[in-house]
Amino acid sequence: MNYPKIVNIERVIEETDNIKTVIFPFKDKVNPGQFFMILIPDVDEIPMSVSYISDDHKGFTFRKVGNATSELYKLGEGDLIGIRGPLGNGFSLDGDKILFVGGGTGISALAPAVEKASSKTKEITVLIGVKSKKELFFEKRIKKTGVKLYVATDDGSYGYKGYASDLAESLLNEEIYDSVITCGPEAMMKKVVDLSLMMNIGVQASLERYIKCGMGLCGQCAICGGLRVCRDGPVFDGDVLKNCEEFGFYKRDASGRKVPV
Amino acid sequence: MEDLTVNIGLLTLRNPTILASGIMDETADSMKRIIKSGAGAVVTKSVGRKPRRGYPNPTTVELPFGVLNAMGLPNPGIDEYGEEIEKLRNSGVPVIGSIFGKDKEEFSYLARRMEEYNVNAVELNLSCPHASGYGLEVGSDPETVKKIVSSVKDDISIPVFAKLTSNVTSIVDIGKAAEAGGADAVVAINSVKAMKVDIYLKKPILYNKFGGYSGRGIKPIGVRCVYELAKELGIPVIGVGGVETGEDAVEYILAGASAIQVGTGVYYRGIDVFRKINREIMEWMKKNDYKSIEEFRGAALL
Repeated sequence: MNYPKIVNIERVIEETDNIKTVIFPFKDKVNPGQFFMILIPDVDEIPMSVSYISDDHKGFTFRKVGNATSELYKLGEGDLIGIRGPLGNGFSLDGDKILFVGGGTGISALAPAVEKASSKTKEITVLIGVKSKKELFFEKRIKKTGVKLYVATDDGSYGYKGYASDLAESLLNEEIYDSVITCGPEAMMKKVVDLSLMMNIGVQASLERYIKCGMGLCGQCAICGGLRVCRDGPVFDGDVLKNCEEFGFYKRDASGRKVPV
Repeated sequence: MEDLTVNIGLLTLRNPTILASGIMDETADSMKRIIKSGAGAVVTKSVGRKPRRGYPNPTTVELPFGVLNAMGLPNPGIDEYGEEIEKLRNSGVPVIGSIFGKDKEEFSYLARRMEEYNVNAVELNLSCPHASGYGLEVGSDPETVKKIVSSVKDDISIPVFAKLTSNVTSIVDIGKAAEAGGADAVVAINSVKAMKVDIYLKKPILYNKFGGYSGRGIKPIGVRCVYELAKELGIPVIGVGGVETGEDAVEYILAGASAIQVGTGVYYRGIDVFRKINREIMEWMKKNDYKSIEEFRGAALL
């Protein structure tokens, strides 16, 4: 039933000074890359990728940016939220050698995928790009899985100085990967997808669009070819995105008007 | 071979399934995907004069027998939406432009703009159950409905469909008013005004509190309305409300519908629902030895 399940927040973790993780009881199976519609009572209901997966609990991680996330940020343990999902398709984790590229809060959707893949994939490289060191989170969590980790900061305060997409380019030039998986700002994903396609590597990107019904009905989140981010996505293959004129350029606001990504 | 072709006045459809307004119709690409999956025609999103964001979420929830929504008529406005409609020009099936306004001047203006965009017909949204000042608030009074329809008819030369609400004492009175105003067809019904109170939050689940109920739960209401309208009116009736299968479509056609619209069915049976319904109608026709839709349309009317 596509109806919000009302739960009490079980735990809130402060990841940085404006990023939090919310953990709630949830037993159903969830695949990395899937998302929930999170209901903040009296405020809004917004899409959130799953960032923690255990048998009895799931979680999501978000930055305080707009009205809904600011209200969500104020909630604490015991407060009520609604959970609708899991929705969407999730990542495909095939291949012996996978490169994950996460920008900003994008790493939150990739982290459970890295954890799941690390048990069977031979070689995993993870690249996290953030503006500066104080915005970095999940570094320890990713390290714990034993994968190869690179961090890029725009201001050079930690790790590689520069954009994640530039570091991704040099990694892709040095080694041959079976698969690339990316989540983050669309300009970064566009570059990573284009690079991978050029090198003939399978690539998946997790898209973010304004989602209303979350049931594949209203068409609000439709992209190229009428594909619905909420139902046919949010993860799309590079082969689909290469024919998608809006990817990397525009999205639609609540009224359906085109706005730059 | 069973023939699924139907006529709604001067419009000919390759089959009786039409995409209902408000479903998968934000972009031209999305409507093209529906056309590819077998729809006989598509109705656009309801468009107004100015861009409208609609309501914050939750705008939609699933309930045991249907879907409850209060989107709040989000749309990019008639100026910008033209770009999407123009892209549908060579799509091969009729495109019906849905419009909503607060009075006859707004409806007439929007209808003229739709005609400029080369749609094949307009559908007047006189029935949205959750937008203050629009929809059923203008579509519940026979005099107002007659005035709006006749004003639009005076201004454009393409067919005009009036989409009606079941939230009135007599839908026949409203249908007759639309017919008297010159409507070429009526569409019945829009979603039914409804509410869901969440017992854990102890408040209405939708942000807008009130919404419109659609899907299987409202089919008997839709069939009743179509039956009453088909009996009393001389113009075609398009049936909508809970059509998911070919059997549902056949039921509406037996009650007098010339065609049917599908909305919530897209959720239950996927984008492919149009092709599935058409195949199931043909199977039913084969079993019952009908060669055309017209042979059994209205057979249940006594």
